This record gives sequence, C-alpha cells and structure tokens, in this order.
Amino acid sequence: MTAETEGSLDGHPPPAGVALDEDTSAAGVALDEDAPPAPGTPLRDREQQVLDRIARARRRRPVVREERITLAHGSGGKATQTLIQAVFLEAFRNPRLAPLEDGATLTLDGARTAFTTDAFVVSPLFFPGGDIGDLAVNGTVNDLAMCGARPAYLSAGFILEEGFPVADLRRIAASMAAAAAAAGVEIVTGDTKVVERGKADGCYVTTAGVGVLERPVELSVARARPGDAVVVSGPIGEHGAAIMLARGDFGIEAPIASDTAPLHGITAALLDALPPGGVRALRDATRGGIATILNEVAVASGVCVVAEEEALPVRSEVTGVCELLGIDPLYVACEGRFVAVVDGECAERAVEVLRGHPLGAGAAVIGTVRDDPPGLVLLRTAFGGTRIVDLLVGDPLPRIC
Amino acid sequence: MRFVDEYRDAGRARALAADIAARCEPGRRYTFMEVCGGHTHTIYKHGLEDLLPREVVLVHGPGCPVCVIPMGRVDDAIHIASQPDVIMTSFGDMMRVPGGNGSFLDAKAAGADIRMVYSPLDALKIARENPDRRVVFMAIGFETTAPSTAMTVLRAAAEGVRNFSVFCNHVLIIPAIKAILDSPDLRLDGFVGPGHVSAVIGCRPYEFIARDYGKPLVVAGFEPLDILQSVHMLLGQLAAGRSEVANQYARVVPWEGNRTAMAAIGQVMRMRAHFEWRGLGFIPHSAMALSDAYAAFDAERIFELPGLRVADPKACQCGEVLKGVLKPWECKVFGTACTPETPIGTCMVSSEGACAAYYNFGRFSRERVREATLR
Repeated sequence: MTAETEGSLDGHPPPAGVALDEDTSAAGVALDEDAPPAPGTPLRDREQQVLDRIARARRRRPVVREERITLAHGSGGKATQTLIQAVFLEAFRNPRLAPLEDGATLTLDGARTAFTTDAFVVSPLFFPGGDIGDLAVNGTVNDLAMCGARPAYLSAGFILEEGFPVADLRRIAASMAAAAAAAGVEIVTGDTKVVERGKADGCYVTTAGVGVLERPVELSVARARPGDAVVVSGPIGEHGAAIMLARGDFGIEAPIASDTAPLHGITAALLDALPPGGVRALRDATRGGIATILNEVAVASGVCVVAEEEALPVRSEVTGVCELLGIDPLYVACEGRFVAVVDGECAERAVEVLRGHPLGAGAAVIGTVRDDPPGLVLLRTAFGGTRIVDLLVGDPLPRIC
Repeated sequence: MRFVDEYRDAGRARALAADIAARCEPGRRYTFMEVCGGHTHTIYKHGLEDLLPREVVLVHGPGCPVCVIPMGRVDDAIHIASQPDVIMTSFGDMMRVPGGNGSFLDAKAAGADIRMVYSPLDALKIARENPDRRVVFMAIGFETTAPSTAMTVLRAAAEGVRNFSVFCNHVLIIPAIKAILDSPDLRLDGFVGPGHVSAVIGCRPYEFIARDYGKPLVVAGFEPLDILQSVHMLLGQLAAGRSEVANQYARVVPWEGNRTAMAAIGQVMRMRAHFEWRGLGFIPHSAMALSDAYAAFDAERIFELPGLRVADPKACQCGEVLKGVLKPWECKVFGTACTPETPIGTCMVSSEGACAAYYNFGRFSRERVREATLR
C-alpha cells in the first residue's frame, strides 16, 4: 500500500505551514469559499493566488465520490490513494499503517520486523521476462527490501477459476519456487480457493512476507530534505512496456522483457555502503512508475523534487513504445528497479555502489530535493523547459501486476 | 530516437528562442492561438513557455476532439451502451468525459459493456467476433479521425458486417476557427494551425483567414521545435506586414491534403445542418453524420436516442477556455471543484484539453521556480 501522506495521521504532525482542512463539502460543484482574486490584481499574482487555492484544495481530506469502483481505483495513481485513505485507512487507522510505506515496521518481542502483502492480477499470466509467479514472489520480497529488511518467509494464496489448466498452475508454482530460492526466502504457508468459471480470470495470486530488520535504519518517504539526491537503480518502464506488448493489442513487436527481480541484495549493499541515515527512503517503482514515487516523496516530506529528463535512464526500445502509444515512461511500471532518496553528499557513492551490483548497472542520479515549491515534482525537460510531474489520473493500462 | 530527437534538440531550441526574441518588437504583445489540442499538450509537456519571450502569449484553441463533445451526446452514447446486447467501443480519451449522468467509466462500472479501442477497425473486429451482439463505435474527432471512421464503414459494408454501427460525432475545424474569428472577445495576431487535420484537408481551406481576416496561419507539426519554428514564422510575417497561410509541417502535410481520405469522408458522410459544440453552442455546418447510403451503419438511426440537450454546468467555463478568452486557471472552478480526477468540464479530461494540460504540467509559478532554482 502506498499513498499520499499528508501528515495529519496518528503521531505525524502536519508539515509546517499546512492548514488541515476538514471541510469535505467541495464534493459536488460547490465553489471554493475563497474569494476570487480582486480585479486589478496583476496577472502573475492572480495566477499565484489560484495556485495557492489549488494547493489547499489538494490538501483536503480525500473523499471517494464514485458510487462504484472503477478501474482508475486500481491504477496506483490518485484514485488509488484516495481509496486507500478514505476507505482503508479510515477503517483500520493505527500508527503502524498510517505512514503508508511499502510495508509495516513492527517490533515483536523486541525483534524489529517488517511485514507486507501484495496481490497479483497481471494479464497475461505469462510474459517475456517472467510470469505471475515470480512477480508475486519478487513483489513481496521487494516491498520488504524497501523497508530495509532481509526477507525471510512468504505466504502464497491462490484464487483459481474453474477450468484453469493444471499445467499452467504447475508452471506458476515452479517459477515461484525458483524465484523464492533465488531470493533466499521460503514459502511457508498458503491458501487455495476456486471460483466458478467467469468469476475470475484464470489465476490470481496473493503473497505476504515477513523480514528481519538487521540494521537500525529508519526509512520513510517523509524523511527527504532539501539538498538530498534522488537516485534510480536502472532503466525504467521495462515491466510495463513488456506487458503492453505481450497483450498484443497494438501489433508492435520489440525486444523488451520484464525487469522483475529481487532487490534486497542491492538495497542491502546500498544501506551498508552509506553512513547511517545516508539513505532517507527506498521505494520500488511499480504501478504508477517513478512519477508516483517522486510525488509521494514531495508530498510526504513537504519538499520539491526536481528531476532532470535527460538523466532518466530509459532504454530506447521502451522510449519507442511509449512514443508510439503516447505514454510517458515516467508512469510505466518497473518490477526490478527502485528509487532511493539519499543525502546529497552521498549521491556519487550511492551510484557507484548500485552500479557495482548486477541489478544496478544503469543506476543514475535523476534529481535533487529542494525546499520550494513544496509538494511538487518538477521536471526539467530535455528541451530546456520546466513542467510538473503529477500523479496519474485514470488507468491507461489496467492489470499490470 | 530517430525522427523524434532531432525535433527536441535543446541547442536548436535555444538558438530559435533567441531568434524569436529578436523578432519581437519591444513592448508589443503577440497573441497566437494554437488551434489544436495536440499542440497544447506539446507546449506544456516540454515546458515550451520557458523558451518564449514575455511578448509572445500562446492561447489555446478549440481543437481538442473530446473537449467539444456536448453533454447530451455523452448521455445518448451511454443510452446506447446500456442496451443489453450492445458493446460500445471508444477511444480511451472519451472514457472520463462527463455527461449529464456520469461518464463511460461510470456506466462501465455500473454494468455497461464499454471497451477501449485504438482504432475503429478494432471495433469492427469486435463486431466480427461477436455476431450476436450489436457493436457501436463512438466516433469523435476532427477531419483527422473521420477518414478512419469512413474507411471502417466502407470495409464493414464490403464485408457485409451487419452488427456494426457508428455513433458519429465528427466535427470540422474550419467552422470552429471561423466562430472564434467572429467572436468579439478575442484579439489574436495569428494562428499556429493544426497539423494532423491539415494532413487530410490540406492548407487551402485556411486561406480565408489570411485573406478576409488578415491573420497569418502557420500549419505546424507536433514536436516542440515545430511549434517554436511556427511562432518564428508567424513573427516573420507580422514583421513584414504579411498575412499568409504557410506550411511548417511539409514533411507530413501536402498543400492539397489527402484526396483519398477526403473522398472516403465524402462517400460515407454528409454535412449536418448544425451541431452543438460544448461551450460554443450550435455552429451551422460544423459536423458530419453518416449519409443515407450508409444508414444501416448509423447508430443514430438504429437506436432510439433521448437526444436531450443538457446545459453545461453553470460553474464551468469550458466555452471561454476553448475560445481562448480565459486561461485555464482563470476559470472559477479550475483546480478546486474541477480537477482531472473529478472533472466538471471536458477541457479537464483529455490530455489535449487546455485545463488538463495546465493542471498536470503547468500548475506552478514559473517566476517562483526560477527564483528557487537560482538560490
């Protein structure tokens, strides 16, 4: 679970200067109660007033306005975050859930533990570079890795549709076993359910995992501060692009494979190489891509993230597919890449360490953290301009993982 | 990436930006409308405004296919989609466009079978694969997309596919530009002309703009350098006191257009006497319907439609934004009640809509960012 954390939740004071607005009446078409800028105000000031008003509107407590779930609620973007905050966080509210990190950090009998869960509905089940099985193992392993933990044990749940070929299920199980062995984890418990034909699409998998926090790290997207550097561990967008092509809807062929991989080895290398506190946050860039992670950092930390388009590692095949389909690689999912926010002083060392690992050969510094304007992600375009990178609305590509 | 990178070269952009600045008379303000939503998208996505001098102001035009669909037509389409044996097919852009009672996305969540397609030919394929269902294609767009709708109808007729029809909402760019030129609200110095539309209709139809209204128009491509170069060409004409139609996008747009595509439109479609445009009201001779010869493929004749006119929400100022009279952020509900996640107006829906482009890409103060960066 990930979400825009505005800091109003248990134990987390709101960022300085943030007035928490309890008013949710903006639901309908109700106009903002702020007075419009007075006539005669210079154009630039009027625009700034509107921008401030929008910033306040975005800080309002999220409300689910739809009467039914739409595909947008599964996109990983804005609608997903609203749903999580307005329904799940509202119902389950507790200090361990509230930060909405990739997993929860718990202390059990004095032992620091990380715990996470993930569900997989990817279509197609088999695609270049992997299948739903290794995706399900790596996804949970990576959520634990992003907490700074060493993954230890996983559970596996299967929801199967009547008529699903046993041969396919064997293939999925074999690839889960191989992925677990490669990641050094064991699948120690599970569950199986079968639903009538037409009530599911072949096979869904859920995994949960526990890991051990062996280092005294405190990682959170709320810990970024001005001067920090944003690093990505390799070329982005390969999983999403591979799935798009595997569906065959576009009649495009390109040598793109999913990047699904377990990341706890490379994150451990990074955490060990940098001085304590040098790594502020780790996030794997799954649904919603890099753009979503950068927004989470900007909002949770109350900072501005400035990314450089030219520095973004994207393989040319992925760029090509994205250009053809009108999709921005910043929003395309990865399953074997992560974003690290590190102390600016350690940026070079971080890239060096990542590049020294087989899964980090394409690592690069892609941006920096500034103080103003807070809550925004800005992109310096390769063309020489500046624009915002916002959270995705809607879902151009459902069921990517 | 070839054929893309050369049109996004930062070095050339800087050089061209310097030339543009040099062509501006100090103190004079140049207001150009980019007619096409594709240009609006490019301008914001690449942060083009950072490269333009203060004297040059770009205002956004009506050329966003999704933005001009009136609410009543969305309701009609949802009415068709809600028939039990219907599969409605649509471009993805349409999915979130609000009608009087929700969008395609809402109707889909409530049980209607609405599927996203990338081409009308995909819709025809769905019709072939589902002979016991009626498959309707929600046809939207300017002359850019009308040929593919027409070719699909021709193919359906040739193949004898009986369960396929088109809900035709194709609109024409020239009447929209004329409506803007005749509007008293706006003073423009020239147009960045639509590129893809012109690939079909050619450049001649714009000649009246230069001749009768004395405004230059430069047909432009969709890469950021294309747009900068078009602005440069417009300033050149103004400096020389000329107003002409020029073609910056000659690599794609033939002066005479695409006769085959025009012939296909002419064969399958006929002009409507008038058509309602979102925010702009009824414009005579501004849209196409299927011709009588292809009535068997015309969803408007196959299905009984409510055909109700739904007034735009009072708070929504899409019409003023589409005409370029208001900047997106000057709309009363911009970014507060109307956002990409809960749009009131169509301009906030499509990635080509001016409001969505500004909200998603341009929602920051350039001055403030410059200051923050310098510090």
